[in-house]
Amino acid sequence: MISFDNVNKFYGDFQVLRDCSTHVKAKEVVVVCGPSGSGKSTLIKCANGLEPFQSGTITVNDVSVGDKNTNLNQLRSRIGMVFQNFELFPHLSVLQNICIAQEMVLKRSKQESTERAFALLERVGLSNQAEKFPAQLSGGQQQRVAIARGLAMDPVVMLFDEPTSALDPEMINEVLDVMVKLAQEGMTMMVVTHEMGFAKRVADRVIFMDQGQIVEDEKTDVFFSNPKSDRAKDFLSKILNH
Amino acid sequence: MGDFDFSVIFDNLPFLFKGMQTTLLLTAVAMFGGIVLGTLLALARMSSITVLSVVATSYINFFRSLPLILVIFWFYFLVPLALGRPVGGLYSVLVAFTLFEAAYYAEIIRAGISSVRSGQAAAARALGMSYTQSMRFIVLPQAFRAMIPILLTQGIVLFQDTSLVYVVGLKDFLVSAELIANREQRLIEMFSFVALVYLAICFSASQGVKFLERRMKR
Repeated sequence: MISFDNVNKFYGDFQVLRDCSTHVKAKEVVVVCGPSGSGKSTLIKCANGLEPFQSGTITVNDVSVGDKNTNLNQLRSRIGMVFQNFELFPHLSVLQNICIAQEMVLKRSKQESTERAFALLERVGLSNQAEKFPAQLSGGQQQRVAIARGLAMDPVVMLFDEPTSALDPEMINEVLDVMVKLAQEGMTMMVVTHEMGFAKRVADRVIFMDQGQIVEDEKTDVFFSNPKSDRAKDFLSKILNH
Repeated sequence: MGDFDFSVIFDNLPFLFKGMQTTLLLTAVAMFGGIVLGTLLALARMSSITVLSVVATSYINFFRSLPLILVIFWFYFLVPLALGRPVGGLYSVLVAFTLFEAAYYAEIIRAGISSVRSGQAAAARALGMSYTQSMRFIVLPQAFRAMIPILLTQGIVLFQDTSLVYVVGLKDFLVSAELIANREQRLIEMFSFVALVYLAICFSASQGVKFLERRMKR
């Protein structure tokens, strides 16, 4: 579904991604973790071309992201993305947030997009909030709307960039619950997160990154029970021991 | 001395009103045109396409480095030359003010666009919206909402600056009043009246802007 092959990315002289290669199969849930600044967010932002990369190839659904002839807008419309800071559009209502790209990009009718929006709001438990504006919702509710907005495009894969990092602790679970449900329904997902409980519960694989490199890429139980690298051991001891 | 006659104002109200129409027309056209052109200039200046960015930056710096009165003069003589026929004061002044104001509006609008979090454009693009769509429907509406007070304040300054058109003999509000003042020898009455009108309009407009700012903060 998504293939990264020897991806390198630089900010000026600084190398953010070093020779990253991994493959995410359809219906697979992959958690990407690692210390801050390790390049994990950058990696998934390269997958939908939000961040350009200098060498290597990334293909999503057999379409090359870096290729100049690729219609990036069309490709992006099939890749859902959820951001750390939600990034709902503050001047639009919840309903309009979910409908605008459906109508503009997928050319769905107003009626069709509205029906789809309400079905998804129901699914994330917010069907009574459609007319509200983002500022009137809690962080957890905003993030659930953001997930619904992504799902409305019928994506082939969903990318999550630290979806719970900006949330108050009591709201983290309502978002994770939605994501768990999504994973169980067979959505292909790449999730950058520090929520190791979530990783243990639903991830098929865990990728551990450090200093721009993919250090470990293992089945979930192997990663947690028997991490190979010292860096991953160190990271896990810090994140799990309290 | 000592005997003021303010009836000169009422006797000439229609003529003064016509002058005010010119002033208001000029303000409205320069504001609207300036904002439209200014938006395009701001987008061009922020563009990753070097040529666009350089051209827009040069344009903005050029006009912002010139005194407005010079630009008015310049277009008064230049526009007829370019078109090969006389166009009259009004049109040359409309062009001069619009092009001049666009440079100032461009910088205001650029600041407004920068004030919108970059994640907003990223979220729009991630949904598959094109650059134009994300600007038109996501970034610019938020930018303009934040900018309304300062755009209007710039409009008030512009309203006052339109009095500079006297240099090309255009009969705006001030010039109309001056003509009457000289003809009737009622300089004090007329200029006091003009001052009062400018004051009333600008003061109430800036109060309106303040009110709007307070309402937006809530």
